[in-house]
Amino acid sequence: MIPVCTLAELPPGESVRVLAPRPVAVFNADGELYAIDDTCSHQDAALSDGWLEGCLIECPLHAAMFDLRTGMPTGPPARRPVRTYPVVLVGDMIHVDTSVREPVA
Amino acid sequence: MRAVTVVGAGLAGWHAVRELRDQGFDGTITVIGAEPQRPYDRPPLSKRFLRGEIDEAELALADEAELAEVDAHWRTGRRAVRLDRHTRTVELDDGTLIASDGVVIATGALARTLPGLTDVAGVHTLRTLADARALRTALTEGTPRTVVIGAGFVGAEVAATCHALGLPVTVVEALDVPLARVLGPTVGAICGELHRDHGVTMHCGFGVAGLRTEPNRGDGAGGDTDRTGSTRVTAVLGRDGRELAADVVVIGIGSRPAVDWLAGSGVDIADGVGCDAGGATALPGVVALGDVARYADPAGGSRRHEHWTAAVEQAPVAVRTLLTGRSRGESGTDPVPNRVPYFWSDQYSTRIQLAGHPDADDDLAVVEGSFADRDFVSVYRRQGRLTGVVAMNRGRCFTRLRRELRAEVERAVESSPAAST
Repeated sequence: MIPVCTLAELPPGESVRVLAPRPVAVFNADGELYAIDDTCSHQDAALSDGWLEGCLIECPLHAAMFDLRTGMPTGPPARRPVRTYPVVLVGDMIHVDTSVREPVA
Repeated sequence: MRAVTVVGAGLAGWHAVRELRDQGFDGTITVIGAEPQRPYDRPPLSKRFLRGEIDEAELALADEAELAEVDAHWRTGRRAVRLDRHTRTVELDDGTLIASDGVVIATGALARTLPGLTDVAGVHTLRTLADARALRTALTEGTPRTVVIGAGFVGAEVAATCHALGLPVTVVEALDVPLARVLGPTVGAICGELHRDHGVTMHCGFGVAGLRTEPNRGDGAGGDTDRTGSTRVTAVLGRDGRELAADVVVIGIGSRPAVDWLAGSGVDIADGVGCDAGGATALPGVVALGDVARYADPAGGSRRHEHWTAAVEQAPVAVRTLLTGRSRGESGTDPVPNRVPYFWSDQYSTRIQLAGHPDADDDLAVVEGSFADRDFVSVYRRQGRLTGVVAMNRGRCFTRLRRELRAEVERAVESSPAAST
């Protein structure tokens, strides 16, 4: 379990990058917290810099879109999903569990 | 339709192949590629590949599973030399004739060069993997003095890569402000400053008169063993008499559409392959996409969109046009590709992103950040209307404004009289 930040530090619509062994992006999508691989499955770009709309994150480089709930791309150019990770709130502190990679939907 | 020939095995050709299968085409697909490789991605060639950070395998656009899935016949390492307008037969450079019901033109563009320099050792262009391999070899043998001709995006990226490799590099640019026609004078000047920020010398307003050469000893001295020219470059000569010593010269002065093979085919090749807004050419059963294609704009006029994203976004439209036989011109209601061009360029530690078609004299306003920090998002406006968005290192805000720009452009077309024709 990796501590990320407090809930107050991640308001709705915001994202934060966690430098785990493999970088993880944590999002607050209208109050729901999600964590996915930060690196786009398509090419070298940080999804935490992307544009968040609902549960979809748009990659800032090639406009590939991923569903935060499943990690699945919604269309080209990305073909492969990104990993999703469990997010746990301990008190006011957001944690990401990178040891338990949730199976790709 | 039972057989489709895709001419061109780059990004555009590959996405066309994938779209054919995604849209249910289960006939024969033949892909013709002038280069020997399976489809690969070109943008890293001037950056991570040239720096030696990734290898050729990592450039692949498709893995083995995807290649198996599309089940295409690959005729790579062969060039198309002719298209027969009546039978849609494509002739290859070894005389092979490939007849099919549908043809997708995706032959891309070729690097422009300066006349008379094709056989001079040490002189490079950068478009293909073979180009990148040769340049990488040249840049990693000793510490060659490198001169980049042209401060456009490819030239700037190569200069940044040379800098990262610890090589002495100089950039010469014919314009007084680099990229002024694309980004306007203000942002163009900032792009020029990126080089100076990193101690890379740049000469603007530099007209190239020619190269100084010497007989090529062919012993690899000077860092280039893969070219067998009879002469080798030693300096770039300016029209004003300046002389810049050079062991390696990289010419980055743009590209031209690869249309020579279509001469006499009946396809309009005035400036790339002329298409309607749905990718249909003048010939039935022949569509085009990517760098080679010039698409009609529903708002009037036509243009080539020589960008990575354009090839990806045109693929579903051009393939639907091919499979349905119905062009945008007939129905007027089918979706057209995204008409707001977008591209990015990574130079030094800066990512530059541009969307839209700003004119050089459009009004420019900073939305976030500052020019001085090389960290900003700015918008271009003409008579109050959004025409473009440009950013350095501000991906998120850029993406939001790019979406706004796209929505604005679509609205403008819907309300224009040309849209109903």
